Formats: sequence, structure tokens, C-alpha cells
Amino acid sequence: MSATKSTPILAMRGVNKSFGPHDVLHDINLEVRAGEVLCLLGDNGAGKSTVIRLLSGVHRPTSGTIELDGKPVGFDNPRAASDLGIATVHQFGGTFPLMTIGRSFFVGAEPTRRWGPFKVFDRKKANAIAVKAVRDFGITRIDDGDRLVGGLSGGERQSLAIARAVHFGARVLILDEPTAALGVKQASHVLRIVNEAKRRGLAVIFITHQVTHAMAVGDHFAVLIRGAVAADFRKGQKTREEITDLMAGGEAMAELEAMIEGYAASQDGHAPQVA
Amino acid sequence: MTDSRGAFGRVARRPETGSFLGLIITYAFFALFGGQVFITAPGWSSWLNAAAEVGIVALPVGLLMIAGLLDISVGAVLPASSLTVAIISGHYDLPLPLGIAGGLAIGLAVGWINGLLVTRTTIPSLIITIGTMFGVMGLTLGLTILIAGSTGVFIVPDVVTKSIFGSAINNMFQVVIFWWAGFVAAVFFLLHLSPWGNWVFALGGDRDSARNAGIPTDRVTIQLYMLSGFAAAFVGVTQVITFGSAQVAAGSSFIFNSIMCVVIGGVLLTGGAGSVVGIVLGTITFAIVNQGIFFTRLDPNIGSIIIGALLLIAVLTNDGFRKLALSASTKKA
Repeated sequence: MSATKSTPILAMRGVNKSFGPHDVLHDINLEVRAGEVLCLLGDNGAGKSTVIRLLSGVHRPTSGTIELDGKPVGFDNPRAASDLGIATVHQFGGTFPLMTIGRSFFVGAEPTRRWGPFKVFDRKKANAIAVKAVRDFGITRIDDGDRLVGGLSGGERQSLAIARAVHFGARVLILDEPTAALGVKQASHVLRIVNEAKRRGLAVIFITHQVTHAMAVGDHFAVLIRGAVAADFRKGQKTREEITDLMAGGEAMAELEAMIEGYAASQDGHAPQVA
Repeated sequence: MTDSRGAFGRVARRPETGSFLGLIITYAFFALFGGQVFITAPGWSSWLNAAAEVGIVALPVGLLMIAGLLDISVGAVLPASSLTVAIISGHYDLPLPLGIAGGLAIGLAVGWINGLLVTRTTIPSLIITIGTMFGVMGLTLGLTILIAGSTGVFIVPDVVTKSIFGSAINNMFQVVIFWWAGFVAAVFFLLHLSPWGNWVFALGGDRDSARNAGIPTDRVTIQLYMLSGFAAAFVGVTQVITFGSAQVAAGSSFIFNSIMCVVIGGVLLTGGAGSVVGIVLGTITFAIVNQGIFFTRLDPNIGSIIIGALLLIAVLTNDGFRKLALSASTKKA
């Protein structure tokens, strides 16, 4: 246990990334351990997506290394990263809306059974495993593997995608803005699932620009500004306002927010008009 | 877990339900206006023969559309295959099995080229297969005139081959109907029972996610195009053996007809959803209108109008059924 405590599962060491003449990331150092949630915060365009693409094998760093269990690794493609247990779940779940829960859960890894001389897709088994996996994460509304994924709510789709990643042996979960498109209740579902994944000993990298969501699950925070890590701190070391200000690049964002909220309260909930 | 209401809801939500209702209404219409002949064996044979020919091509075209791809080149592969058979075994008088193998090989080769171009470039499959269609058409015409000196080539098939590919039962029901049944069974297995079918759906749902999930997307795409090339070539083989001649101009009607059968059968134009049962129902509906119009006293041009209307209704209901499928499941308590 002490070994896992001291060695991060996944780490970036002095990573730089440029696309042609454009330097997108400078000297990024990040690490995440088992049973820990690292929140990657940042405004749009701060370089969060590029960090995800490097960690999930879409791009390779221009310089610097990515380490898995303390050893440098290079991913040739997303498949190579997921084979090593790094699973990326995108904003809309990355699943197939018009496929059934059972079929989409096992895309690319279909369970089969013998049928005479043929091997056929084992629908019953696929449905049973998929439904159980997602129910184990506390989404009890899902009870029929023949339902279409597109019929699920946004939070349920995220949960299904996370359950799928865990089922196929993920050790590191990269969640790309999982709560961005969700309502309050749906978002809280997803946050609960993030906590459950953490409890099961997974390392979670949670990308978001919603500070409240980050603070609800995060153990460790990194704020990206213009492609560099502007702050790196642990739970309880900074307040919500301080983090929001950091993300906005040091401008007094929290003050502005407070002003808008104050105005809205005095004007029956109407936001001030933009001139 | 499934009560009767759930079972009904499940049937109502199936995309084929719309196609099936369309078929019933279409058949009832022509049974009413087509006279006695339409509902007896000659009537059935006429639309079954038409359905079988276009149906064999519609099946793989439907698979491609489920995977989010189109194939226009089938219209050129069909006469290319016919003429290959006729030139090898008619003009040069070589054994017929060799000619048939040559015809089918042309289909597989064009499919392979289509698949390769679609996977290696970012050009939409519509444009690529229009390109290969014209390429194959031009080559077929040029080579046929060069070799045979005319645009039509004749062939006298032997009795056994004729009975396998080109005979008719009671001089009405062509043997191609049984071949169609075979293709239906094979494609049903591929799409709905084998794991490979799951890959086709995933490909149409989201190509990048499918690739990241470990599906060999390029290989599946090439396989799909080779399947449609093979099917078109197969129909070309049956035609040349049935009629004893091959024409350069034959086959272009198959391009739109096959796509219409597939869309009337409930396959989404955007990919990701569809079924073999739906494609078969769509094919039968299309063939009934196409042939049934000649049994009525209506102007045959009205047949085209009906097919056009059916197509529009089908696209609208496909969309409606998809929305229903997606919403009905969220309302579940």
C-alpha cells in the first residue's frame, strides 16, 4: 500500500507540446495516485483538452515524459493507452445513442456463444453484465439492457461510460467535462459516481471549469492558464473564490460574480443587461 | 420484467413497424385497384422477381448505410459483371464457371477499391463511389467495344448453370428469389447475430469511438464495400444467364432503387440504425409499387409519384420512430 501511496499511477514530467509554431503546453508536471481525484481546472483554451489528448494517446508530447507506475511510456494511439488501463470518457459519454445498452457496453469486445457451427453475439450475457455494472455504481433506474443508450439521461450516459471503463479494467479514469452539459441533479449523480470510482481505488482525472463540482470530489487541484500549471494545491488549501480568481487569470472573477448575483437578487432574478 | 404494455411498446418502438404498416397499406391499395391478377400467382411473381433482384443489392447497400456510408457504384458493377461473364464465356467461349468467377471478381475488386479510397481519404463516400461508378462504366464500355466490337454481347448458358442462376418456376417465379432468400439469411446473421454486426452499428454511430473501442474500422469498411460489389456482380451474373445477353447500359436503375428500398425499410440516412427485416419489407413495398402499377388502369407515371411519396413518408417516419425510441425509454418509471 505504501508503494502505491508514493508512486503515482500516472504522471506528466516536464511535458511540452507544440503544434507547429504554436506552443500549447509548457513544462506541465502533474501526477495522480490510486484512490485520488485530480481536478484539472482552467478556462476555455487553457490547454485542458491537449492534456487529455496527451494522456489518452491521441497526441504525443513534443518533449518531456509521461510515466505510468513510475516508468516512462509512449502511447502510439488511444487504443494503446486504454490497453494500459487509461480510459477517457468524453462529455457526451462517447457512446452510441442508437445502440442498446448491452450492445454499446461491449462494442469491440462482444461476448459470444456457440450456435451450431457459428459464434453469435450473446445478447443476454451482454445485457446482464452491462446492467449489473451500471447498477453497482448506484444507477438503479437502468434495469433493461435492450433499452437504447440515447433514451438515457445525460448523467446516466456518463455513468454507463464510466461503468464500462471500470468493467474493462481501467485504473485511470480521465473525465472530460462530465458535468458541463448536465443539470444540477444529473451532475450530482455523476459526482457520486466519481466518488464511487475513487472508493474503488481508481485514479481519476476530472477536467472541469465548474469549481463547485471540482471541490465536491477533488483531493488535488491543478489550475491551467495559457498552457502552464498556474497553481497546484491540495484539498482545503484554497477557497472557492480564490480558485475562481485563479482560473480567470487573476482577475477578480469572484467579485464580479458576487456583483451579478447581488444585482439579480434585487431585480427579480434578471441579469444585468449587456450594453 | 416485461409486461404486455412493455411488449407492445417495444413493438411500436421498433423501426420496422412503420415499414410493415407501409407494406400492408401499399399491398391493400394495389389489391384493390390491380384487379384479380395482382393477388394471384402472376401478380406475386412479378413483384417478387423485381424485389429479389433489387433486394440482393439493397441488403449490402443497407449495411453500408447503417455504417454511415453510401455506394453508388453498384449501378456500374452490375453491367460490368454481366459483360465480363458474356465476354469470357460468350465471346471467347471459355467455361461458364470461369466467366462467373470473373464477373464476381470484378464486383469484389471494385468494392475493394471503394473501401480503400473511403478509408484512405477524407472524401465523402458518395463522391468516391460516384467516381468509381463513372470509371467502371467508362472502362466497361470501352473494353467491350474494343473486345467484342459492340455494346451488347451474347451468351448461351449450359442447362445446369441456367437452372441454378436463370431458371423460372412455372415460367413465373425466377430462381433469383431463392438466392435473395439466401442473401437475406446470410446478411441477417452478419448484422444481427454475429459480433461483426455490432461493429457495423458502432461504425455508423461514431467512427472515432468505434476505432478507440478496438474495432478495425478500416477493415470493416472495406469488407462492407466488397460485399456490396459482390452482391451487385451477383445480380449481374443472374441477369446475363437469364437473358442470354449483356448490355452496357443495364443497371443504373439499381442505384436509386436500392437506396430507396433501404430508406423505405427504415434505415436512417445518417447511419447507426436499421435492420435486415426492415430492408426486406422496404424492398417488397418498393417492388409492389413498381410492378403493381402495371396491373392497375392508372398511368404508369403515377407509380413514380407513389414511390416518391413513400420515400418522403419513410424518411419522416424513420425520424419520428427514432425520436420515439429515444424518448419512450426515458419516461419509464
